[in-house]
Amino acid sequence: MTADRHPLSMTVNGNRIDLVVESRRTLAEILREDLGLTGTHLACEHGVCGACTVALDGKAVRSCLMLALQADGGAIETVESLCDDDGALGPLQQAMADSHSFQCAFCAPGFLMTAHCLLAEDRDIGPTRDEIREELSGNLCRCTGYQSIVDGVERAVTALVEARNA
Amino acid sequence: MPAFCYHRPATVEEAVGLLAEYGSDAKVLAGGQSLVPLLALRLSHPEHLVDIGRIDGLAAVDDGPAGFTVGAAVRHADVELSPVTGRAAPLVAAAMPHIGHRAIRNRGTVCGSLAHADPAAELPAVALAADAEMVVRSASGERTIPAADFFLGYLTSALDETELLTAVRFPSWPRSTGGSVAEVSRRHGDYALVGLAAVVGVGDGGRVERAALSFFGAGATPVRVTEAEQVLVGEHPDPAAFAEAADVVTKSIEPPGDNHATAAYRAHVAGVLTRRCLAEAAGRATGGGA
Repeated sequence: MTADRHPLSMTVNGNRIDLVVESRRTLAEILREDLGLTGTHLACEHGVCGACTVALDGKAVRSCLMLALQADGGAIETVESLCDDDGALGPLQQAMADSHSFQCAFCAPGFLMTAHCLLAEDRDIGPTRDEIREELSGNLCRCTGYQSIVDGVERAVTALVEARNA
Repeated sequence: MPAFCYHRPATVEEAVGLLAEYGSDAKVLAGGQSLVPLLALRLSHPEHLVDIGRIDGLAAVDDGPAGFTVGAAVRHADVELSPVTGRAAPLVAAAMPHIGHRAIRNRGTVCGSLAHADPAAELPAVALAADAEMVVRSASGERTIPAADFFLGYLTSALDETELLTAVRFPSWPRSTGGSVAEVSRRHGDYALVGLAAVVGVGDGGRVERAALSFFGAGATPVRVTEAEQVLVGEHPDPAAFAEAADVVTKSIEPPGDNHATAAYRAHVAGVLTRRCLAEAAGRATGGGA
């Protein structure tokens, strides 16, 4: 079969991207291989581990479980968007670093983007520890036992709430 | 992933036209949370994918006199977060937190889960318990299929290869009726080893008028255990009746055994879930809440 190719337009971390892509390629593959955004990690490649989580129009999605063409017209955020313009860690990243959230950190991009979407939700009070655990339950970490990761997100939530009320 | 031709029809007519043209060579893509893993694992290799995710007419949730209707492009998260769902379709609302994880629910669709007909998934069992109807279109017209006739076998539904499931309709939720969904899985968000969607309707005299016990992960399709439902009808919704029903469930259900759990373990868990779900559903029925 000759390659089935279609145009794809989306914004990735605020930049407009226009490509022509083969229909069978996933969003994760396009991000990593065509756009060089290798912060998005691929592990299980069938939606179980959460390492490839990115934000699509503000919502957490598995980029390995989406054809890139399904993201046509959408706004993608990847883990590369979380740092400040000068490359310094963003607040969520800093909170997780301060909590020693990760060890090998292969899973970190997925956890960070899942937490990023949770923190971006418009709500009066930040999520509780139980809610954080529930929201992170779709991301696997084989190093830490998760407590430090939940600690890190909780630390970010606390800082966010304090900043809002300041 | 194997190569295929990608189609993005703008209308239902166009979509069913493509299905009529390509037949068994085509698969429908909605949210992709079941199909894309199958493609990634090379367990499915369709020549054509028909992406219905952009069809406007399929994107609506409707709470009308005919019931609670969910279009084929509506995602789990849309239903989960809709303020209408808890009132109009409480059993669907109860199932939502059990379906995968947030990121899965942000993409996966209600109708996609039904059409996929995984017997370990929540929504087929919910549809069966709630007497839902599938609204199905093909190039030659529309028909409806009751949930009881829809799930034929493992990943097999009554949909013809040229047909598109355009919506699922849950009948209006009766008064004094409660629902409950519970499951046991190895990890939260995984497919259930066994799960149950239960409905209890209580009459004016305080006795059970209607009961539905619809199990998932317990066979090649979602399974209603009617013998246990019959045990409940006419009884007061109390722990003794629930225990009797649970006993009937454990003895009559015939779940599969595999390397995740033995058949005997699943049958035992089915009984435990029966007691828990009936207590919760009856409490919701008599407490006035959903």
